[in-house]
Amino acid sequence: MTLTGAEIDHIAELARLQLTDESRERMVEQLSAILDHVARIQAVDLSSVSETMHMGEEVNRWRRDEVLPSLAVEAALANAPDSDGHYFKVEAIQEEQA
Amino acid sequence: MNGLRTITAMAAALRAKEVTPRELAEQALASIDRTDDALNAYLARTEDRAYAQADEAARRLSSDPHAPLLCGVPIAVKDVLTLEGAPTTAGSKILEGFVPPYTGTAVGKLLAEGAVVVGKTNCDEFAMGSSNEHSAYGPVGNPWDTSRVPGGSSGGSAATVAARTVPMALGTDTGGSIRQPASLCGVVGFKPTYGRVSRYGLIAFASSLDQIGPFTTTVEDAAITYEAIAGADPMDSTTSSRPVEPVLDGLRAPISGMKLGVPKEYFSDGIEPGVREKVEKAIAVLQDTLGAQIVEVSLPSTDLALSVYYIIAPAECSSNLARFDGIRYGVRIQDGSLHASYRATRGTLFGPEVQRRIMLGTYVLSSGYYDAYYRRAQKVRTLIAQEFTSVFEQVDALICPTSPSVAFPKGAKSDPLSMYLLDALTIPVNLAGLPGISVPCGLADGLPVGLQVIGPRFADGRVLQIAHAYEQATEWHTAEPEIAQEVKG
Repeated sequence: MTLTGAEIDHIAELARLQLTDESRERMVEQLSAILDHVARIQAVDLSSVSETMHMGEEVNRWRRDEVLPSLAVEAALANAPDSDGHYFKVEAIQEEQA
Repeated sequence: MNGLRTITAMAAALRAKEVTPRELAEQALASIDRTDDALNAYLARTEDRAYAQADEAARRLSSDPHAPLLCGVPIAVKDVLTLEGAPTTAGSKILEGFVPPYTGTAVGKLLAEGAVVVGKTNCDEFAMGSSNEHSAYGPVGNPWDTSRVPGGSSGGSAATVAARTVPMALGTDTGGSIRQPASLCGVVGFKPTYGRVSRYGLIAFASSLDQIGPFTTTVEDAAITYEAIAGADPMDSTTSSRPVEPVLDGLRAPISGMKLGVPKEYFSDGIEPGVREKVEKAIAVLQDTLGAQIVEVSLPSTDLALSVYYIIAPAECSSNLARFDGIRYGVRIQDGSLHASYRATRGTLFGPEVQRRIMLGTYVLSSGYYDAYYRRAQKVRTLIAQEFTSVFEQVDALICPTSPSVAFPKGAKSDPLSMYLLDALTIPVNLAGLPGISVPCGLADGLPVGLQVIGPRFADGRVLQIAHAYEQATEWHTAEPEIAQEVKG
């Protein structure tokens, strides 16, 4: 199968990745080749097979509902590119409508 | 390194007061200085911390006759594992300058034993790759031939142990990232059963597949490390609550009479002749010298494993890596609005392989494709695991090559799919959550070949026992690259 440039743009938007023209071209070619390869699972009869949703044999893991020490605010903010008081600071979330 | 190459040798020398923890740390750091221009195995050295830990270990050794074997032993840690206060990048530009505020469980357990961390090792970005060429900080050289790759993604850990700078380095294995570089560098690499080692503090790539394990020069050292890091952890609900069996006790038990399966699908035409020859010789040693019974078995869905993996792993990766948005940690590239900054940060700072896998994962999880790709892959994963389960009703363990090839020249695999195919023999083990180990089984044209031993879930002790028996019956674990002679100093 061949992905189109428009499909690549759509996936990149979902993944919040800004692609250069060059990497967009490469994605079209390489993702198409990988999807061609993995397509072999389409031919397998799976009518009586259930999905593996997790690897564990545990069912529920309970703990007491009690407050335990956690990361101090200063430590949690120490790696932030931008912060203000006890908050992470980001750019404007709402954009002006034209 | 005074000829001290192993955890056990160092532990004995420390107890005999022939050497101090500080001297061992100094020697490890000096040997890293001598070799790292050629190897590029380290992204950070933790010198000050190492000396403080070494001095603490010295005090403990002098006062506690039952101090753990790892007490005072220098080790290294793959840069996807957090160590409080030490820079951690996961081989990515997006985490440049990140200093984790906490230490992960496996590393924390080693510190509690008194191990001395001398540095963080280079790896493929977010552990995605099979050659270490996808590190944002340059490729690692293979100690046997620095123009060749060490394998990946834990290439720095494999290379530093192969060069004998430290006796143990932690790695992580999602599709072969411990076993394959161990094979290509001629050292022991052990991936425990999924759920045996806590993933808390491991920067996640694919959470249902990732597992932490050691690189060492002997199987005994791998067993020592496994006993130190295994066990249930309230910080990781996927760890098993089954008690951890003591693996060192049974390590030396004979394996005569054990049934070892040779899966015919793991000996396809894609295996290099040199690799095939060495593995066949190893099988003969297991049979003729050690008295194991060799049985041919079949795992018919083997050729589907790579496809399943390259759906499930990217799907989990695209979800896990959503957290890298330039807001709470790492680097941000401002671009006018929050939305534009997300795109610019991720598009600029993630490398090509990571972007490829995020794109692939986003696609297979997106509306309209989820059923055809992700859901089907999860079902085929069940088939693959069931085939292992039924084979393990006939045999005690499986033996096969670890990697279809020896170390290849840097730059030789430019096409992503050809790189992915290198993991064909290790990936099924992750999909089924099994324990697997690679042990050196010879040199093909001067480059190491690895023998893989695979066991049923939670038979970690049996896998180590078989690998140890093979190792002790041969001399391959003593083969060292020339660069290790420099280290000896």
